[in-house]
Amino acid sequence: MKNYSTFDILGPIMIGPSSSHTAGAARLGKVAMEIAGNDFEAVTFYLHGSFAKTYKGHGTDRALVAGILGMEPYDERLKNSLNIAKEKGIKIKFVETDLGYEHPNTVKIVFYMKDGKKVNVTGSSIGGGSIVITNINGYNVEFSGMYPTLIIKHIDKKGIISKVTTVLAKHDINIATMKVNRKIKGKEASMIIETDHEINSTVIEELQNIKEITNAKAINPTTKRC
Amino acid sequence: MFNTGKELLKIANEKGLKLWEIVLENEAQVSEIDKKELRNKMKENLVVMKEASTRSLENDIKSISGLIGGDAKKVENYRKNKKTLCGDVINKAMARALSCSEVNAAMGKIVAAPTAGSCGIIPSVIFTAAEILNANEEDIINALFTAAGIGQIIAKNATISGAEGGCQAECGAASAMAAAAVVEMAGGTPEMSLHAAAIAIKNILGLVCDPIAGLVEVPCALRNASGATNALISADLALAGVKSIIPFDEVVEAMYNVGRALPVELRETALGGLAATPTGKKLMKEILK
Repeated sequence: MKNYSTFDILGPIMIGPSSSHTAGAARLGKVAMEIAGNDFEAVTFYLHGSFAKTYKGHGTDRALVAGILGMEPYDERLKNSLNIAKEKGIKIKFVETDLGYEHPNTVKIVFYMKDGKKVNVTGSSIGGGSIVITNINGYNVEFSGMYPTLIIKHIDKKGIISKVTTVLAKHDINIATMKVNRKIKGKEASMIIETDHEINSTVIEELQNIKEITNAKAINPTTKRC
Repeated sequence: MFNTGKELLKIANEKGLKLWEIVLENEAQVSEIDKKELRNKMKENLVVMKEASTRSLENDIKSISGLIGGDAKKVENYRKNKKTLCGDVINKAMARALSCSEVNAAMGKIVAAPTAGSCGIIPSVIFTAAEILNANEEDIINALFTAAGIGQIIAKNATISGAEGGCQAECGAASAMAAAAVVEMAGGTPEMSLHAAAIAIKNILGLVCDPIAGLVEVPCALRNASGATNALISADLALAGVKSIIPFDEVVEAMYNVGRALPVELRETALGGLAATPTGKKLMKEILK
């Protein structure tokens, strides 16, 4: 039996029509944008399952684009997001596809950055506006975007975790969940840490200074109502 | 902490508290946020609900698919200008519920209560009852906490998702939450609130979720109107002293079991019920082309 807050029951405040297909989609877009950064010139959305079938009627397309433009699920500009993206000169494309064995409300978002790089983020809208990010650039991950989240890329070596946790402890940041993953032993690895406290730029700087860490990024959720 | 209606009643009777007081106290404890801030947070819901329940009474708005829009205005005009069969209260409640659903379907701002598909019932019932009872904003905020508490119990012991339990889970939960809240607002006892909630669910037990093209439009908006009516009559029955022979917790369990017994076609998949009628299928083809 799961416990629900009164604001899980009366809430979220959102743009309709569907918490999973609209509010959740906006959150997926926003978290993906925070992972990729906002220096992109084109974005392609690969829609899977129910997202692929009903995205127009549920405004899933507008919600996803609103998300990558940084809008929250309750932002009334959400409805016009496709035009706003156009005005900003961002090329948007939707592709209906089959991503294989995934949750029915899944999207793979590919950001084409101005520097020529590509960033892939895959996630699912799992009901009531809640989401889970499942893959970033080929790494399997699992986090909700509900908590401040640290995404770290590093060399697979002994002692990195303790270096990271030392920095977090110093800044009085409590770890809620933590997942470590690697592609090849001794090469590139990733760490996803959800925390109870906001992660500021000083923390990120200190983490970047650890020489085995190739990249550190923080996502601090602003939506507390979803 | 309360997990069931029975536990909620026990606390209410032992401590002599209103349901909203118990729900608010519990939320403050669990979230570690003080009650004043929680009330302010609930007021944000109230503001959005108010706007959604009035916006399409006077404005013509169309849903994205074009299937719905304009019915709230029709009912409001009918209420104002004609001799209605059900009277002002019911017609006002139906118009408000339709307004919320139409705003939702047109990508306007709403409060999921407990879901987006059932977002019209609670605002419509609480605002309509508040007018009759001369309740002020604080009373309405109290009512929203009572409603939320009933929803917490249903979500915990059953489901509030149409994909899991059909429309009876979404509109049924919303009706039960609204009914319990306005019984308390009208001065009814905690027992009466739970009887009202039980009656409201019983009245639509077994209702399937069969939206045309899978969209939150048809028949969802009309079921919000009838859900609001269901909540108001259930509240009146309970306030008159009518009891639900089957206690609230057992009704919730029955709703869950009925929901699990529904085939997948009748749980938000647009494969059965109204969605699978010739007209439903034709509309789906046109909309999703």
